[in-house]
Amino acid sequence: MTFRDVRNTIYPVIGITIVLLGWQLYTDLFGINRIVLPSPLDIVWASIANWEALLRESWPTFLESILGFALAVVIGIPFAVCVANSRVLNLTLYPILIATQSIPKVAVAPIILVWFGLGMQSKLVIAFLVAFFPIVVDTAAGMRATPAGLLELARSLRASPLQVFLKVQFPAALPFIFAGAKVAVTLAVIGAVIGEFIGSVGGLGNLLLTANSQLDSPLAWAALVWLSALGVLLFATVVIAERIVMPWSEVGHH
Amino acid sequence: MRPAFCRPHPSCPDRTLTIQNDVQIETQGRPDSAPVPFGHFKDVRQSFKRSGQAPLVAIENISFDLKAGHLVTLLGPSGCGKTTFLKIVGGLISASSGTIQINGRDVAEPQPDFGVVFQQANLMPWRTVLKNVLFPMEILGRSDATATLRAKELLALVGLEGFEQSYPAQLSGGMQQRVALCRALIHKPKLLLMDEPFGALDELTRMEMQDLLLDIRVKTGATVMFVTHSISEAVYISDVVAVFSKRPSVIADYIAVDLPYPRSAEIRYFPEFTDLEHRAGRALGITR
Repeated sequence: MTFRDVRNTIYPVIGITIVLLGWQLYTDLFGINRIVLPSPLDIVWASIANWEALLRESWPTFLESILGFALAVVIGIPFAVCVANSRVLNLTLYPILIATQSIPKVAVAPIILVWFGLGMQSKLVIAFLVAFFPIVVDTAAGMRATPAGLLELARSLRASPLQVFLKVQFPAALPFIFAGAKVAVTLAVIGAVIGEFIGSVGGLGNLLLTANSQLDSPLAWAALVWLSALGVLLFATVVIAERIVMPWSEVGHH
Repeated sequence: MRPAFCRPHPSCPDRTLTIQNDVQIETQGRPDSAPVPFGHFKDVRQSFKRSGQAPLVAIENISFDLKAGHLVTLLGPSGCGKTTFLKIVGGLISASSGTIQINGRDVAEPQPDFGVVFQQANLMPWRTVLKNVLFPMEILGRSDATATLRAKELLALVGLEGFEQSYPAQLSGGMQQRVALCRALIHKPKLLLMDEPFGALDELTRMEMQDLLLDIRVKTGATVMFVTHSISEAVYISDVVAVFSKRPSVIADYIAVDLPYPRSAEIRYFPEFTDLEHRAGRALGITR
């Protein structure tokens, strides 16, 4: 481990430790009611005592988020490719996309629930809806940002449109696509929780609401921590995928 | 009178390397005195339409012939239309009028059997050096073991042995331009078009690259059209310097450079060299 690795590890750890320590001391010294603000230790104990429930309820939230995100990727990228490469499709579809995007997803969620029921499908759809937009916008931007020199090179070799897309345009857009995916995957978790808040029979959002209504704040906070961990896990997965798909992005940025 | 040294010409005997280019021309076997030109450019004119104004005439009239195995530089001030002319020859844009022939064939669209080097290296950051060099072969559907072997030979020729698996971001500007040169040569182009390829490099790297280009011409026999606005670069690397006037451009002077090969940096201080520079400077209206 180099000095840089040590430094990059130690500072975040110090930062988190200070915050947790200050929080713990504050709740202990001032005798804060744990319903209002449980201490970090309260949350840890609640996490340990309820780990089975937390793990069980994480699973549906995880599935809703990842499937909604995956759906957004599978539909969003081809959609963006079409919109970016066709003037007609761009003019036809982009205004609709912008208009629908400006509707708050929380407002749509009850309608989605009416359509898809209390089960996983409705959450998956909401997660998909919030993740879709950043994927489409960033992919479309990437499709249009192909360096002109590379396009001219391809043209000088009389590359076919398919060759240009596969060998030049798409790889050049990958950094944009991953930037969108990183935003989208965290939004997908938010989408899933919104769905669970509006109406559900399970999931971390459901657990959080239940704990809250029973004034079990430590458990509600524990659910929050697990949600955050879930978001970080999904984000890290995208980052790892990015490093595997784009090994060149790791080199030579000095 | 033929000089004793070996001219970079396809009929040159010193050509056993596998990197040698396939220059197929009808002039082989004919006496040097009456060659059919490899490249023939006659009354090339280019004007661009402008809304609400008279058309912009970039190129008034350019005519000259290019011999196989020769390196011709298009020397001229910024915006004089030399890059436009190069792109016309490459079929990347079409001329308003005139004749553009390579190997007796009219050029009207991009020619996959030409190689192009741009001012920027234009490498693909997601491809390794080797894969960047092989890109044209992939597009042309000729990416095989032979192509890989040739790519490695070319990379070794430009001093990039051991960098095959590196990514462009790990290379300096000069090294990137060397990769771009290999990429342009990989498919044994009949004609190599170079658009101010060393313009973005520092002076020392630039001189290194000029020597490299001279070396590559000896080893590949490539015919080259080279755009520059550096007088000394033009004289140093060329067989012929076509001096372009300001827009609308015509040929201000057509200078045969009879400096001997192999050339090295000392030649820059020869009186013949400075005489040629002076002549080019006069044609450009810089010196009197």
